[in-house]
This record gives sequence, C-alpha cells and structure tokens, in this order.
Amino acid sequence: MNPAGLLEQARRAWAIAKKDIRIYYLKGPVLIFGVFMPVFLFLAFFLGSRQLPLSFLVSGLVGMTLFFTATAVSPAIFPWEGSAKTLERLASCPVRIETIVLGDMVASVLFGIAITAVTIAIGLAGGLPLLHGPTLGAAVLLAACCFSAIGMLLAVPPTNVPSNIMMLSSLIKFPLVFISGIFVPLEQLPGWGLALAICSPLTYCTDLVRYAFTDVSYFPVVTDLAALGLFALACTTLTMVLHRRTMPRRM
Amino acid sequence: MTNGPIEARDLTKVFGRTTAVDRVSFSVRQKEIFGFLGPNGAGKTTTTRMLTGVIPPDGGTALILGYDMRTDPVRAKQRFGVVPETANAYTDLSAWQNLMLMGELYGLSRTRSKARATELLEALGLLDRKDQKVQAYSKGMKQRLILAMALLHEPELLFLDEPTSGLDVQSTHLILSLLRDLNRAGTTIFLTTHNMEEANRLCDRVGIIRNGRLIALDAPERLKAAIERVHRVEVSFDREVSGGDIAAMEVVLSSAREGDKWRLTVEDTDIAIREIVSFARQHGAGIVTLNTLAPSLDEAFLRLTGEVEP
Ligand SMILES: Nc1ncnc2c1ncn2[C@@H]1O[C@H](COP(=O)(O)OP(=O)(O)OP(=O)(O)O)[C@@H](O)[C@H]1O
Ligand SMILES: [Mg+2]
Repeated sequence: MNPAGLLEQARRAWAIAKKDIRIYYLKGPVLIFGVFMPVFLFLAFFLGSRQLPLSFLVSGLVGMTLFFTATAVSPAIFPWEGSAKTLERLASCPVRIETIVLGDMVASVLFGIAITAVTIAIGLAGGLPLLHGPTLGAAVLLAACCFSAIGMLLAVPPTNVPSNIMMLSSLIKFPLVFISGIFVPLEQLPGWGLALAICSPLTYCTDLVRYAFTDVSYFPVVTDLAALGLFALACTTLTMVLHRRTMPRRM
Repeated sequence: MTNGPIEARDLTKVFGRTTAVDRVSFSVRQKEIFGFLGPNGAGKTTTTRMLTGVIPPDGGTALILGYDMRTDPVRAKQRFGVVPETANAYTDLSAWQNLMLMGELYGLSRTRSKARATELLEALGLLDRKDQKVQAYSKGMKQRLILAMALLHEPELLFLDEPTSGLDVQSTHLILSLLRDLNRAGTTIFLTTHNMEEANRLCDRVGIIRNGRLIALDAPERLKAAIERVHRVEVSFDREVSGGDIAAMEVVLSSAREGDKWRLTVEDTDIAIREIVSFARQHGAGIVTLNTLAPSLDEAFLRLTGEVEP
C-alpha cells in the first residue's frame, strides 16, 4: 500500500467526508434548515409572484437551493476545526491537504444534492413534467461540485472565527444569486446584466434545470454543461492551491 | 551514513518578530526515549509541530524516518504517531468513533482497527466508556484517548507534547508506564516536558531548549552530575554579621540575604558547615538556624535554562 497514492488518499477523503456528515450535517438544526429552506423559498415565491410560471420558479429554486446548501456549512468547517484543534489532528495524519479539502467538498456535495432532491420533489409533486432526467442529474452533480468548491473557497482566509467567514460568505453568495437569471429570465436581462450572468456558474445550472423541465434553454445544453464543468474544475483547483498555502497559518 | 529516526537540521521558525525556534539541530537514535525540555514559551511545541509536519519550518529540514517532511510528509506520517499539546479528539464523536476514524485515516482494515481499538481502550481503562461522546470525558480520559488514537496504527515512532501535564498521579503513572512498555518493545519516543524529574525517570537523553535555542543535550545523569557540584545552605545568626565576612569564607560560592537568613551556595556541604561553625565562633555569634537544602533537579533545570543565576 502506498499511503500517498491517489486511490488511498481518495479513500481517506471519504473517511473525512463521513466524519463531516456525522458531525456537521446530521444535526437537527442543519437538517431542519436544509429541508425547510426550499419549502419556504417555494412558498415565498409562489405566493409572492403568481405571474411567474411554475417551471421558471422551479428551475430558479433548484439552482438556489443547491447553491445555498452546498455552500452553507463547508466554509465554517475549517474555522471550527481550527479552533477545536482537530485540524491539527488531521494535519498530523497521513493525508494531504488536498485530501482534507476534498473530504469536506464531498460532504457538502452530498448534502447539497440531498436537499435539492427535496426541491425537485416539490416541483414534481406540483405537476411539473421532468423531460430530461439525465441532464438534470448531470447538472445537479456538476453544479454541486462547483458550489461546494466555492464554499471551500470562501473558507480560504485563515481565520479561526466561524462568524467572520459566515459574514464574508453571505456578502459574496447573495449578489451571485441576483446575477444568475433566477429572479429575471436571461432573455430579459440588459446587456450588462447578461455579461455578469455569464460569470456566474449558477446561471448555467439554472439554465440546465430549466431545460430539463421545459425543453427550452438560453444557452445550448452542451455549452451549459461545459461551462459548469470548467467552473467546477477551476474552483476546485483554485481552492486546493489556496488552502495549501494558507493551511499552516491556521495551526 | 545511518540516519536516526529523527534528524533535525537547523530548524527555524519565526512568528512575526519572535524567533520561536532558532537553528535547532539534533538527532534521535533508534529505540531511545528522547526528552525535549524547556520552560514555557521555549519553542518545544513549535519544534514538535515542525517535526510532525503540522507547520512548515522557515528554515532547515526535518528528516523523519528517512523522509524529508517538506517533500514526503505522508509516508513519514504513516509511520509515526502524535500526541499533541492540546487534546484534539472530535468531541461530538464517541471514543470508539474517533478511533475508527483514525483507522480509516491510516488505511487500516476495519477488523484490524476494531481489534487494536479494543486492545488500547482496555489497556487505558476506557473500554466501558467507549460509546460515550468525548465531550463528557475528563481531561485525563481525553488524554488517554488521544494516546490510543496515536497508537492505533502501531507506529514505530511516537511524538508526545507534554503528555502528562495537568494529569493526576494515577493517569500520569498509567501513561508513563505504557510509554516505557512501548519503548521496551522497540518504539522510539520523542516527548516534550517542562518537568525535569519526569525526564530524568523516563529519558535516555534530553535536549534542553530555551528561547528557541538548544542549550544542552545529554543524558539526564550527566545533567544531574552537573548540578550536584552546587549545594545550598541557609543559616541565620543571633546578631548582625557583615556580608563581606560571609562571602570571604572559602567554601562559599555566592551568598544572598533573605530576611534574617543568609542563603549560601557552596561546593561541599560538609566543609561548609564546619566553616560556618568556626566562623560563628570567631565572630562571637550564635547560630539560630542552619539548613542544608538538597539540590533539586528543578533547580538544575532553572539554572541551565538561565532563570536563576548559580
Ligand atoms: N501560532 C503562533 N503564532 C505566533 N507566535 C507563536 C505561535 N506559536 C508559538 N508562538 C510563539 O513561539 C514561542 C514558542 O512557543 P511554543 O508554543 O513552541 O513554546 P513551548 O515551549 O511549547 O511552551 P509551553 O511550555 O508553554 O507549551 C512563544 O514565544 C510563542 O508565543
Ligand atoms: Mg508547548
């Protein structure tokens, strides 16, 4: 067995992910937040703006739920573990820094997907036909990877005070939602709005979900998938590189 | 050239304006217990963290079990265990879950993890509390669990940062005797402490660090011998005697006045007492008290680390 080999490190990342799920995700308040958020978003938007078609609403809400759940907990894990010193424990175990980051990402991907499934189920229960299941699956998976990488990216500043990071991440997360064609369809965005939307991975996710439910999308499906994949890859690489740099300062 | 399990070469760490560790070099031999001694803030923890790959050094290299911690940390970590300064088990998990997590992080099979965990919990007296969350553990129990977590994968080298600080006599004894057994079975041990007595009882060699610099490295007996050259005597008289007269006694190395007592550092207690008696007779003074103070290892340690002038 080569402890530094890719396969072995992947197995150990899975151990870290299981630990995260057990400690940080399978907690009453987190689960309640996770399940109630999509329900409340639905109610708020559905009651608030009847003129929007359900299909538009669902695609926006699926993107939003995934984005918020996949980035909800992960930015705080390093600060928590840094101040509890358990991060030092992980750092003295035979795992690479990338392995720790990957483990945290896997946990948030799974959490994001599980909660998003609730949103999708609500949509389906509301009578929305699912036209392209595999596309929806691919979109949710890619987007979950991308968003959890963004979540970890938010955790890069080496502070051990979780609330600092949570504040910072809200400052970044909310504007991203506004430029991603969730509240206003991409077709109706002015030129500069569209230019902003192109820079947000959430845009492509929302566009794909919309395609899955209505057969219509603003960008070609392949473009959406490729863009989402590229964003996921870029964010993952970036977060690993940056964490490798800042990790020693957390100890 | 054969390398020892730990080769520290010019290890340096700078935090802002403080040089926490300043070009520290030493090597630990196969199967020895090496004590790293120093007062608070000397740089023991910082050195240990650099050796175990938790923080990178700003200068110098750490070779652990032949691996350079800069380039090949994972392979080295696979073969050593660490008991850090602050207990850091996951408090939301039970002792058992913590141990199983360690098993996975070290790539042990599930059956091996379970067997080892049971064995260690038994030896450390935690087996009946294994399913309780660590949150509810006392400090001593936490420390024993941390030791079990460090030993699960049967490392050939063990780092411990003040493993017994703040523990009661029983826990301390349990841990120290376990360390001795491990060492007898072939485990090399590196431990930090600020307790000279503990180092003396346990270690084959000790390195003493102060202000980030290694200032002595020797067997504890040799360090003790160095101290035994110096003894202390306390004496008080029933009338004023001049400090100059006292200091003039041949056997007295240094003297200081404390209240009505004179505190003398002498080379030989026997000669000192005889001289003090004849001194008192000469000056027509009566001796009120005369105490000889046994040299303690702690004193030696303080002297070596420069807290107290000899
Ligand atoms: N993360 C850090 N940031 C800034 N300074 C630090 C950091 N860690 C240690 N230091 C400083 O480095 C010096 C050595 O600290 P270290 O913790 O290594 O001492 P120590 O010998 O372990 O002391 P103790 O017996 O109290 O545990 C101290 O001056 C400390 O303030
Ligand atoms: Mg320390």
